[in-house]
Amino acid sequence: MPANNDIGLALVLGATSDIGRAIALGLAREGCDLQLAGRDPARLKAEADDIRVRTGVAVTEHACDVLNADGGAGLAEALDPCPDVAVCVVGLLGDQQASERDGSAAQLVMWTNYVGPALLMGALAARFEARGSGVLAGVSSVAGDRGRATNYVYGSAKAGFTAFLSGLRNRLAASGAHVVTVKPGFVRTRMTEGMRLPGPLTGAPEEVARAVVEAIRRRRDVVYVRRVWRAIMLAIRLVPERLFKRLRI
Amino acid sequence: MKLSGWGRYPVVDCGTATLRGPEDLGGVLARRGTLIARGQGRSYADAALNRDLTLSTLGLGRMQAFDADTGVLTCEAGVGLDDILRTFVPRGWFPPVVPGTKFVTVGGMIAADVHGKNHHRDGTFGAHVEALTLATADGGIRVCSRTQDADLFRATLGGMGLTGVILSASFRMQPIETSFVLAETVAAADLDAAMAVFEASHDWPYSVAWIDCLARGRRLGRSLVLRGAPMRRRALPAALASRPLRLAPEGRIRVPVDAPSLLLNRWSVGLFNGLYHRRGRARAGPRPVHFDPFFFPLDRIDGWNRLYGRRGFVQYQCVLSAGESAAGLAALLGRVSVAGQGSFLAVLKRFGPAGEGLMSFPAEGYTLALDLPLRRGTLALVDALDGITHAHGGRVYFAKDACCRPERMREGYPQHAAFDALRKAWGAPRKFASELSRRLEL
Repeated sequence: MPANNDIGLALVLGATSDIGRAIALGLAREGCDLQLAGRDPARLKAEADDIRVRTGVAVTEHACDVLNADGGAGLAEALDPCPDVAVCVVGLLGDQQASERDGSAAQLVMWTNYVGPALLMGALAARFEARGSGVLAGVSSVAGDRGRATNYVYGSAKAGFTAFLSGLRNRLAASGAHVVTVKPGFVRTRMTEGMRLPGPLTGAPEEVARAVVEAIRRRRDVVYVRRVWRAIMLAIRLVPERLFKRLRI
Repeated sequence: MKLSGWGRYPVVDCGTATLRGPEDLGGVLARRGTLIARGQGRSYADAALNRDLTLSTLGLGRMQAFDADTGVLTCEAGVGLDDILRTFVPRGWFPPVVPGTKFVTVGGMIAADVHGKNHHRDGTFGAHVEALTLATADGGIRVCSRTQDADLFRATLGGMGLTGVILSASFRMQPIETSFVLAETVAAADLDAAMAVFEASHDWPYSVAWIDCLARGRRLGRSLVLRGAPMRRRALPAALASRPLRLAPEGRIRVPVDAPSLLLNRWSVGLFNGLYHRRGRARAGPRPVHFDPFFFPLDRIDGWNRLYGRRGFVQYQCVLSAGESAAGLAALLGRVSVAGQGSFLAVLKRFGPAGEGLMSFPAEGYTLALDLPLRRGTLALVDALDGITHAHGGRVYFAKDACCRPERMREGYPQHAAFDALRKAWGAPRKFASELSRRLEL
């Protein structure tokens, strides 16, 4: 990233998700050109057109599935030019009960939330490290802070992604490149449609987008989108396991 | 989920879902029962309610293309007018027609074929729509325009969502030099005077009148006629010239709770209307007004519908032919002032000729809109007003109507039979319905 904190070009992975498109638009409104990556080319084009009409920035589309054998590493190596910033919003909540019954359902959740995004960020990190600049931002989840019966398959994958980002940040610290971990709590999106969410703890995709853009600019390390979630997750982590295992939260 | 329109009456427990793209259509259309699309829920009563499935289009919020040579914007149906204004006013473009609030969607503006203060010159929003894509009952997605499935196009303009789900549309925006309107207020002592001002104001692009509903006898129809024209850049005062295409500040006042139902009574409303009239008379001469307060004065008050109390209100809006207007309006206003049902907002407007939509509301003549807080006797009063409208050959606006009788609707909308036939031909009745269409037997 250039010294004046100007983000010239940003890559958004998972750009067709509600949070992904909000982040992309937030970056475009700051005048940043975009590379949008997502699985479905038709939906990717719809999001790219929307951002072009609204902001006039240059947008390129990159069809990419993190479930590919190489985890999208091919995309990371092929991007030209290499972006100043990369944001990964790829994720899948899945259905906890289905994941308990069916190994392939669990595998899809694990792959989509951990293996794919981690391999992708790892491949990008190699280019950022070699260049000695740039910010990688990964959207993880508060669900990764402690495994709970209600969503531990998703939570464990997010925990893996959080740990991966932490290690990557550690590795890149001396290089000039930087890694941001963003943990939204509940967000009203397609992923959570139909769920009963507690209003004061639930944000909009635009709120996550603002937090992500700000965290990138300030090169923050770990960001909870709503501060109250930091306290909630701290409390949850502090409960002794002997008691925790009997709780239903 | 319990839903209502902007008037908060009626309240209906509705099944709900959100449409985020054409890929969601298959699942939605496969559900049992009927559905109606709903944008920002700014129709007043039951037009955007269906107990089986009320389908939110707010997930369809993408803009698709803009041609800076022709001004044609193509966008998804759930894009808000406020979003369009924020995006395009600073670039020197303005929507061709805007209703009295900016918190509406493109799909809603087409479904209700909305009118604005420029109807006498520019017609409805639908007149500026070049094409739209519609999801029909058979699961198909059709592009309709004046040259392609033209019947379906004409039925969808003003069709209240009953022909299918509008997915996107292309419409022509107008170039503007500034975001200001040169506006002036003309006081009219009575109804005849107000109508005379309208007849003399045809060349003003924008006109509308606020009527004091409680003025009786000789002063029946006492009103302030507001008229305006887009400002040219060179006409802008120096203080505004630095940013001629500025947006209005975002601040909004919130109504945090339902007002007690007694807040708006004939004395408080009478006092307000009297003060408003005096203030209007005092402000003679044209002056620059930003488009936001000019077109959307009530948008500043977040949740102004709560001012009418928990029980909600009914908005009554009808149109009468030019020949019937003088007698019909006098009868309507007379009936309201006798009832003493404080109507905060009574709006009068001269319409131009009717457009092409089969079920579009506007027609050559005068339209009157009244807010009536819901109390005992309100629905009977609305029915009495409907009787007057009907006797004068007029009709009511579906986006506002809460209690019209089906037989009066049929007489007011002579093309309803063609609309029915076209809906049947497209298989619409088995898939698309609303509480309004059930009530009116549409």
